[in-house]
Amino acid sequence: MRLRVNDQTHELDLPGEMPLLWVLRDALNLTGTKFGCGVAACGACTVLIDGEAARSCQVALADVWGPVTTIEGLGSPEAPTPLQAAWNDHQVAQCGYCQSGQIMQAAALLAENPAPTDDEIDDWMGGNLCRCGTYGRIRAAIHDAATRMQER
Amino acid sequence: MARRKSGKLGRITRRSLLVGSVAVAGGVAFGVWKIRQPVANPLNPEQGATLNPFVIIDRDGVTLVTGRAEMGQGTQTTLAAMLAEELDLDWDSVRVIHGPADAAYYNGALLEAGLPVAEYAMRDWQHSVAGVVGDMGKLFGLQITGGSSAMRDGYERLRHAGASAREALKAAAAERLGTTPDTLRTEGGAVVTADGARLPYAELAEAAAQRPAPEVAPRDPSQWRLLGKALPRHDMLAKVTGTATFGSDIRLPGMKFASPRMSPRLGGTMRSHDPEPALAVPGVERVIDLGTGIAVVASNSWAAMRGAEAVEIEWGPAPYPPTTDAIFERIADAFDGRRNSRLRDDGDVERTLEQAESVVEAEYRLPFLAHATMEPMNATALFTDDALELWTPNQTPLIQARLAAEAVGLDPEQVTVHTPFLGGGFGRRLEADYSVLAARIAQAMPGTPVQVVWSREEDMTHDFYRPGILARMRGVVANGRAEAFEARIAGPSVTHQAGRRMIGLPLGGPDKGHVEGAFDQPYRIANYRVDGHHADLDIPLGFWRSVGSSHNGFIHECFIDELAHAAGRDPMDFRLDMIRPESTVAARVLEAVRDMSDWDTAKAPDTGRGVAFTWSFGTPVAEVVEVRDENGRIRITRAWIACDMGRALDPGIVRAQMESGLIYGLSAAVSGKITFEDGMVTERNFPDYDVLRMHTAPIIETRILENQSRLGGGGEPGTPPSMPALANAVFDLTGQRARSLPLDQQFDFVT
Repeated sequence: MRLRVNDQTHELDLPGEMPLLWVLRDALNLTGTKFGCGVAACGACTVLIDGEAARSCQVALADVWGPVTTIEGLGSPEAPTPLQAAWNDHQVAQCGYCQSGQIMQAAALLAENPAPTDDEIDDWMGGNLCRCGTYGRIRAAIHDAATRMQER
Repeated sequence: MARRKSGKLGRITRRSLLVGSVAVAGGVAFGVWKIRQPVANPLNPEQGATLNPFVIIDRDGVTLVTGRAEMGQGTQTTLAAMLAEELDLDWDSVRVIHGPADAAYYNGALLEAGLPVAEYAMRDWQHSVAGVVGDMGKLFGLQITGGSSAMRDGYERLRHAGASAREALKAAAAERLGTTPDTLRTEGGAVVTADGARLPYAELAEAAAQRPAPEVAPRDPSQWRLLGKALPRHDMLAKVTGTATFGSDIRLPGMKFASPRMSPRLGGTMRSHDPEPALAVPGVERVIDLGTGIAVVASNSWAAMRGAEAVEIEWGPAPYPPTTDAIFERIADAFDGRRNSRLRDDGDVERTLEQAESVVEAEYRLPFLAHATMEPMNATALFTDDALELWTPNQTPLIQARLAAEAVGLDPEQVTVHTPFLGGGFGRRLEADYSVLAARIAQAMPGTPVQVVWSREEDMTHDFYRPGILARMRGVVANGRAEAFEARIAGPSVTHQAGRRMIGLPLGGPDKGHVEGAFDQPYRIANYRVDGHHADLDIPLGFWRSVGSSHNGFIHECFIDELAHAAGRDPMDFRLDMIRPESTVAARVLEAVRDMSDWDTAKAPDTGRGVAFTWSFGTPVAEVVEVRDENGRIRITRAWIACDMGRALDPGIVRAQMESGLIYGLSAAVSGKITFEDGMVTERNFPDYDVLRMHTAPIIETRILENQSRLGGGGEPGTPPSMPALANAVFDLTGQRARSLPLDQQFDFVT
């Protein structure tokens, strides 16, 4: 089976029903995408598939409908994307475990809606849980990232 | 006591050799750990300030060792800042690690807080005695990240350690240059001479490490460059780029994946099991019989979890009553049993109640709660015949080592513990059960590393829960004040159960943790009594963010509100009248939230406001919560927090922790409950155990005061007042009292 992740193509000998989450984490060692609940109820495993936010724990490998982007496919610590830089400047993360999913969810939002309102952000992000309660800083970072991306 | 400093530090840094013979396997472990004899004069405790297993200098620069787990609370950043402040390091050049499991990193503040006195009223002599008790942490190997204690524990020790290291580096430079240290200064990780020549620390480290560690006082706060400011967290960039290594991100060559399924009747037996259906799952390699459950080993986590589900198992009964109602009946029975504690007994409560014309009475019932960290329990282990290596996201490295060693028949010294980032802790990762399981599974496959990841369902149904609590309250009001306040609190004891389990001590005597948040509050009430009753229940219990204050803050502050209502008083003024004569520091945080929330101006239509105050973990916190009726459903709109930790060593982190604590508490208050049916926990995953989300969390404003003379904790004190402030706001909105949690059983919330 062929899977394209972060601009790299992988040939995989894995069951088609295996969730993308575990393909990424256990077969490709892309551990930035997190396991939180396994039932698409927390958002920690969010990735982009063909630009669309998806819960990778509920997408079977055989059903992946396009190229996958994970948190590792955005920026690096040396060269973060504007979205990640906004996250850094607002010091969003606490434990940080949910943040890969939060950032991927936000990336999909900004691709679709470059200047979201508070209500639009709340609606879009409502499925991504954070037990540390970083919601206020996430909202601020999304606004900030929207501004930065429009200025580019 | 085992002392194995430099080799261990070298091993964890895994860097190349520096220079000369002192550098070991890649780093100089700076300074000497001077262990004090336990028989030293207990009334004149010498601070363990010259110990210095906190600084490693090698050719790549300086690595600061915190010995405390990073689980989101920012502790590693501020502990490192204490060292960097004294060492004159550039913040962006500093590397920070957890470091090894070792008694050198004992927590002295944790046991100090265990004395059965109210912290707000502690006198200096009591703090001295507490300091001695705290040093016992060294003997028990209490390397613990918990109890909101890291700042209080590290503040003197790490600043001294940093200052001592700096002066040793200067002395080494002076010797090399043939001058005296007072002609030298330090800056940007180098010793600088009067004429501006720079000697980087790396060039001096070897010589400095061979010198005795000088005793130097830390700098006055007026000279601080780093402390007292909001610094960039050392772990932030890694966490926003997916490169931070959490426990479940460990990847080792040849590693297998395993998933456990233990008895859902906690502590119960496994009567029989059939592994065949699991072995039919593609990727599954074997099923390990663990006696009271099984683990399935596979080539990936998903196959392991599916396999674990597929095993057919017949479970034995639970060692506790099988339903929630029967469990609470057992808790109610505790009121009739012997009292465990009466840590507050002012005036004559009995007489005041007897003579009163009317008595306000209420019974509160609070549920068991799960921690529900975002990262499910996990640990990775590699067992060989004479060694065990553990990668475990934990809050108690030495306890992990000891209990894992016991489980596989090794000595604790044969266990190496690595502590990666924790995807949330909240007290859950003080326990060692996940490490013990990983060790046992690894023992069954010597030489092969195995990562043991729990499913969310396994995690939620095998927690160490915040206990269920019943509280019977009586009070009398007269002349607009509380004349009598009585709380009787019944529930199983976390302290006694966890003490036995974690440090092997049968703890006795009055259990402070059971009544904290109620007996130790700075209210002046003439007749004021708080009793604790222990229920006998074998349900696994643990330390849930703010521990006893998580339930007692609720019952104390909700009942104060009931008394204010009975007295016809404004609940803010009612509190202030009783708190002002007892603690100015406490009164000021209340006044702050009063002003921030415009409490004294008329509230908007369709809104309710509630206030609560709790002094916990050395920090007084007041919170106001505002709710709004939205077409018959309740929305939590805004919240205001004021806290006083004495000194806010990093105001950005303090703010984040206070807000985090509030949201954690509100989540529990709205919908958090763990219930039992047929001896099994009913709630299995987030759909059954919902938490606040971005659109249901309030907008929060936080004010940090610095009126207190002592340092307080930051990780937990934001939680206790949040729940009663919300319940009091709901009362203000609806006129209905909530005497049990969660609130969504009685009220409709926006979801």
